Amino acid sequence: MSEKDIIICRCEDVTLAELRECLEAGYTTFEEIKRILRIGMGPCQGQTCANLIQREIAKYLKQPTESIPTHKTRPLTSGVVLQDIAEAEDE
Amino acid sequence: MRERDLIIVGGGPAGLSAAKIALESGLSVTLIERAHDLGGQLVKQTHKFFGSKSEYAKTRGIDIAKILIADLEAYSSKLEIYQDTTVLAMYPDHVLTAIQGRNYMKWKAKAIIIATGASEKFLAFENNDIPGIYGAGAIQTLMNQYGIMPGSEVVMVGSGNIGLIVSYQLIQAGVKVKAVLEASDHIGGYLVHASKLVRLGVPIKTNTTVKRAYGTTKIERIDTVRLDPQWQEVEGSEESIDCDALCISVGLSPLHQLLSMSGCEMIYINELGGLVPKKNEQYETTMPRVFACGDVTGIEEASSAMVEGKLAGLMASYSLGYEHPQFETLKAETLHQLQNLRQGPCGIKIRQGLEKAGEAL
Ligand SMILES: Cc1cc2nc3c(=O)[nH]c(=O)nc-3n(C[C@H](O)[C@H](O)[C@H](O)COP(=O)(O)OP(=O)(O)OC[C@H]3O[C@@H](n4cnc5c(N)ncnc54)[C@H](O)[C@@H]3O)c2cc1C
Repeated sequence: MSEKDIIICRCEDVTLAELRECLEAGYTTFEEIKRILRIGMGPCQGQTCANLIQREIAKYLKQPTESIPTHKTRPLTSGVVLQDIAEAEDE
Repeated sequence: MRERDLIIVGGGPAGLSAAKIALESGLSVTLIERAHDLGGQLVKQTHKFFGSKSEYAKTRGIDIAKILIADLEAYSSKLEIYQDTTVLAMYPDHVLTAIQGRNYMKWKAKAIIIATGASEKFLAFENNDIPGIYGAGAIQTLMNQYGIMPGSEVVMVGSGNIGLIVSYQLIQAGVKVKAVLEASDHIGGYLVHASKLVRLGVPIKTNTTVKRAYGTTKIERIDTVRLDPQWQEVEGSEESIDCDALCISVGLSPLHQLLSMSGCEMIYINELGGLVPKKNEQYETTMPRVFACGDVTGIEEASSAMVEGKLAGLMASYSLGYEHPQFETLKAETLHQLQNLRQGPCGIKIRQGLEKAGEAL
């Protein structure tokens, strides 16, 4: 199986091969891996990849998926042009 | 900053039902919906719904949406609706920000109901980024909302109700469904839906999943592989199927972001689809006067989303001092309905999920 042809995070174009490398190197939390690979930092903010990554980490650590800490969610849910925020009227 | 009594995020069956009850209770309501149309998932459901009679079973999804929207018309003076508006953030002080086109807005609400629904799960297999690989929801949107054929020969991955129903809708639209693949050892959805497909000659292959896709600018073919009871691939069991579209229907996960970013306590539960908010019996989260209902609290169905919406609307109004004229009756009724909906073999998953969350029925 060619893990470099399996996309895990579509937004940031991260493959399963890259994720596995990260795990092998000892980075086994979502937050660590996010800082290295940018997974979950694109337009969908992890909504599409989080479950897959959660499961890969669990498989690697041989722990149940539900025990793996989820990634931190921060504002905003979607991309916004800074100008629109700056020019917004405050009623 | 615009100050409001109650803001409801999401105009699907849960949000619309919550709005109606809150309006009946005498509150002013602001409803914010990301899409152009109100109705959530319902607007692309052309089939007659299963579920309970009191929640419009046997009515087509799209017609249920029309009923729920029409129900709000009597209250138009107290109801403010923003469509094409995405809520971007929720903060612990009940502030919400949103964008409509290029117009950035800020609200502060006394109470908030989050009814954002869910999004589709994705699958990891070789070349899973080739054009022509869709989620079932995307196929429904293309086909049922915009009248666009996704392809002429489709393979469906996933035999839950959504996979089965969308397969049938594809056939109705004149698309050939070459097979339905199911990784587990049994069909996930209702047998009535599965039988319809089998009668039309669609093979449903259990213990089987997609291993890789082929094609450069468009999908041309897939390889399937059989799985043993431990979900390991069986060597030498690969088979090829030609197709020009692949439809992934492997479940939904709650759109939890607004709740988790604002500091509501969250919990990851497989049976509920992923990360869901902790809530009490009244559908209030751990953030006071922030309620949640529908698929965002756990993947279920439209019937329960509507009932949960009613309950959340009822309790949110009550928390602001607006008691619905039939408060006690409605509260008892909705709780009872939820219990009924989750009875029997089809409710096992949701019952297990709720139990794990510490919310036994
Ligand atoms: C193919 C298919 C068949 C189904 N068949 C049945 C059936 O026969 N019977 C049955 O009972 N159920 C059925 N269901 C399930 C049912 O459609 C869902 O359970 C139900 O729609 C959930 O309602 P909801 O209001 O929680 O979420 P949704 O209907 O998903 O609505 C959520 C709304 O919130 C909006 N939203 C999300 N995020 C934001 C944001 N940040 N800002 C603003 N708005 C936002 C979305 O645009 C959406 O309109 C089916 C589902 C599918 C996909």
